[in-house]
Amino acid sequence: MLIAIQTENLTKQFGSFTAVDNISFHVLRGEIFGFLGANGAGKTTAMRMLCGLSKPTSGSGEVAGYDIARQPEKIKKNIGYMSQKFSLYEDLKVWENIRLFAGIYGMKTPEIARKTDEILHSLGFASEKNTRVKSLPLGWKQKLAFSVAIFHEPKIVFLDEPTGGVDPVTRRQFWELIYQAAERGITVFVTTHYMDEAEYCNRISIMVDGKIEALDTPKNLKRQFHADTMDNVFYQLARKATRKSD
Amino acid sequence: MIKFLIEKEFKQILQNKFLLALIFVFPTFMLLLLPWAANQEIKNMKLSIVDNDHSTYSERLTQKVTASGYFQLTDFSPSYNRALESIDAGKADIILEIQPEFERDLFKTGTARVMISANAVNGMKGGLGSMYLVSIIRDFSQELLAEQGLTSKKTIMPFINNVPYYLFNPHLNYNVFMVPALMVLLLTLLAGFLPALNIVSEKEVGTIEQLNVTPVRKTTFIFAKLIPFWIIGFIVLTVCMMLSVFIYNLTPVGSLATIYLYAGIYVLIVSGLGLVVSNYSATMQQAMFVIFFFMMILILMSGLFTPVSSMPGWAQVITIFNPMRYYMEVMRAVYLKGSAMTDLLPQLITLCGFAVFFNGWAVISYRKRS
Repeated sequence: MLIAIQTENLTKQFGSFTAVDNISFHVLRGEIFGFLGANGAGKTTAMRMLCGLSKPTSGSGEVAGYDIARQPEKIKKNIGYMSQKFSLYEDLKVWENIRLFAGIYGMKTPEIARKTDEILHSLGFASEKNTRVKSLPLGWKQKLAFSVAIFHEPKIVFLDEPTGGVDPVTRRQFWELIYQAAERGITVFVTTHYMDEAEYCNRISIMVDGKIEALDTPKNLKRQFHADTMDNVFYQLARKATRKSD
Repeated sequence: MIKFLIEKEFKQILQNKFLLALIFVFPTFMLLLLPWAANQEIKNMKLSIVDNDHSTYSERLTQKVTASGYFQLTDFSPSYNRALESIDAGKADIILEIQPEFERDLFKTGTARVMISANAVNGMKGGLGSMYLVSIIRDFSQELLAEQGLTSKKTIMPFINNVPYYLFNPHLNYNVFMVPALMVLLLTLLAGFLPALNIVSEKEVGTIEQLNVTPVRKTTFIFAKLIPFWIIGFIVLTVCMMLSVFIYNLTPVGSLATIYLYAGIYVLIVSGLGLVVSNYSATMQQAMFVIFFFMMILILMSGLFTPVSSMPGWAQVITIFNPMRYYMEVMRAVYLKGSAMTDLLPQLITLCGFAVFFNGWAVISYRKRS
């Protein structure tokens, strides 16, 4: 299987509002796929459908070889997810959060303990193992959330604006983590508003008003839109949006 | 998998100081205060006597009434209207008017008349007060009859005297009756409110999203939520039972095993209801009001304060659907009468039905996908 994610006319309507409008695309295995779009373009809704958190109104899709409408629970076994809003347990300690989610994915206690130490060590967090998550700085929280999302070695990881509100140095470190994960063969599906981050992706798609308006490598997109930066490409497309951003 | 989820619930509960305090302080306060406040025994009713006879016998009746301990003689009114005025002024609750010629009639015809007028603004108090007064007067007339039998040569009619013997609460101690019911109330409140606020708080904070994206099964999730409240229920019940031994010297007559068995099922029911409410609510505020609504119905329709048998017909029908009613019956029966499980089989079956219903509903109404 070379394809990790594919969708065919995937649509989500909330009443008369079409949040995601007939999107069709595919993501290859091991790819870092950037999912771009202005606020309110429908990125998060699309991602939630792919993760089995939201039922598609119409259209079809497959994630990790399973149907998103009929086999959402099978998909969930094979993916990791990091939501836009930090959603680990703030009242639990760092290791307790890792242990909880690893346990849910069926990992065994000794393996969890060993891997927890290993990962905290490589993140330079070893001393924070017993810290309650609420007292960590935002950048560290995001790195922890990412580590939890890939702890069980999923086939695909979905990251919804993982670096929002994070300082440039931490952002850089964060992308190093993403690259490490991709090297291990994890497909990365990431949304972002930072165009420098878009350049780090193998391929990117740009959503405008619920539709995918452009999809290619950053290099090809720049050529196609006669732009020298991704910023410019994004601006040309996003300007066409009629939907109000929030 | 469920092990990790239960472990997480306990870690969260154990580091929530407020919740821990609630589990111990709430039962203590309820058991210390409520039996006294919820006491419906009437004492110290303010009595105004209108004695129009001023005879030896009217004097004896007055003394008998005031010696009973239920009434506090506030004044002797010269007239019935003056007595009514003191009721209006809130100085008296009940009037006993002794007719003129009370003593003379008593000797001449064997009957004499008194009038009782009670302020029924508080219906319960008025009703009970006049009932007490009637029984004191009846007692008085029997005394007179007995005296007559000794002094006169007339053969007197034999009469039957009812002396009630209260089997399960010989001293008619109201606390004894209320304490088991209050334990039920406590279990209901804690096991109802805490789960109702639980899932919805995960929704508000956003953590539910991270769980919904895992392959966790719906039943696993719901059971992991239920089991901690189940254990809290047992702890609260144990605390209550120990307190009632220390404070009221009240030990259950029936077996502890029966009490715990029924409590276990009951807590599951109420927690299940709480989780259902939590599943349908979007915010904690909403969950709070909805569960409050259900709690009020459960409590008022349970027979805690008003016996089910004295409710109007339609209200009795509602109590059939109230799990608290059955558990209240069980607790009172086991605690005071020593009923065994064999006596309480219908309740067992009904409660099991409720448990399956609410928890099944909780599993179904929990949605991992919107």
